[in-house]
Amino acid sequence: MADETTGYAIKLDIFEGPLDLLLYLIKKNEIDIYNIPVALVTEQYLEYLKIIKSLNLDLAGEYLVMASTLIHIKSKMLLPAPDELSEEEKEEDPRSELVRQLLEYQAFKEAATALQGRQLLERDVFTRSAPLDDDIEKATEDEDELIEVNVFELIDAFHRLVSRIDKKEYLKIDLEKMSLTDIINDVMERLNCEKNLTFEELLGEETDRRRIVYTFLAILELIKLKMIKAYQTSAFGVIRIFPAVES
Amino acid sequence: MENYKAIIEALILTSETPLTLEKIYAVLNDIEKSEVKNTLQQLIAEYEERQSGIYLVEVAGGFQFRTRPELSPWVKKLKGTKPASLSPAALETLAIVAYRQPIVKAEIEDIRGVDVSAPLKGLLEKKLVRIVGRKDVPGKPIIYGTTKKFLEVFNLRDLSELPTLRELKELNEQKEVEAIEEISDS
Repeated sequence: MADETTGYAIKLDIFEGPLDLLLYLIKKNEIDIYNIPVALVTEQYLEYLKIIKSLNLDLAGEYLVMASTLIHIKSKMLLPAPDELSEEEKEEDPRSELVRQLLEYQAFKEAATALQGRQLLERDVFTRSAPLDDDIEKATEDEDELIEVNVFELIDAFHRLVSRIDKKEYLKIDLEKMSLTDIINDVMERLNCEKNLTFEELLGEETDRRRIVYTFLAILELIKLKMIKAYQTSAFGVIRIFPAVES
Repeated sequence: MENYKAIIEALILTSETPLTLEKIYAVLNDIEKSEVKNTLQQLIAEYEERQSGIYLVEVAGGFQFRTRPELSPWVKKLKGTKPASLSPAALETLAIVAYRQPIVKAEIEDIRGVDVSAPLKGLLEKKLVRIVGRKDVPGKPIIYGTTKKFLEVFNLRDLSELPTLRELKELNEQKEVEAIEEISDS
């Protein structure tokens, strides 16, 4: 066993998670994935956790969950199956769920590698279009300098808009169903077409209070997801909303 | 007929994103759709034959001119930028979304066995993954799917061009075999 433990120390890969580590151990020991010797794998797995800890690396909670799962399976397999169990219950291998998970993860790991191996745009192949980087810098210099706006300035803009609404509108009952998702999609679509929009432009002539609220929420949500950015040219200036990444 | 070929070639060149058949039909509304398709195939073959620096490819539901992969060292030199590459975590997450969409974050985490917040955020920023909607279950989790840009970047005509997952296929086959055995046993 001692030989094997030194083996770990030499080759400590950065694993993508507990499943990745398990797959590595299976491959290293040339184990049949459908028939995992749980005792051996558990021992080596725990050995790895020790090494990760001793290196003071952050040990994600998921690794500990997997450790307990392994120990649980190991203990189940050590227990003799009671005779009174029905045929079906006896047949179920405590490892089957883990095997399924490992196979599924392995399949996606392979799929990820296959994706990486394709002819990637901007790595292997290029399209006409994109101006060279030097040109982009020149172009942006000419424009007004943009200041990133904070949430409070957005809220101010929102207040200005709400105060614009005719009070009479409050009584109107609109049965049109509206969801935040719809508005988010709407906003993203318009931004992709127009490249940038002011908060006012985004709402247009809209006076429906709910629509304004929803649009505001959509903008906050999109900023949180980093899908859009909000800028203004000066304090109290017009707030312009841009897609975070140019499509 | 030669004329149409030139027109289509020009349309593809000037289109910023892969040019769809629908857009070509809309411009060339006086010729048969099958004629457009034939002409496109001819164009693809011609570029292939000429062995020039660019080739015509069907990608992300449209047609686009691209530089040949073997020329990338020179193009990169001109552009002077390093492409933003994806981390293994991001790639795995992307693969799961691509194959299992529409999918919520918890389902991705079930498969990867770890938290995917960071890679998922990166994929959203890179516009390879988008929010499709919200699932109608408690907490209304966000549903994710891949974008057209994903197809463009990974050189895929559509999602059906993704290769089938090897192990999963085998697993399913094995289940079927077991099921058949059970039937024959009883």
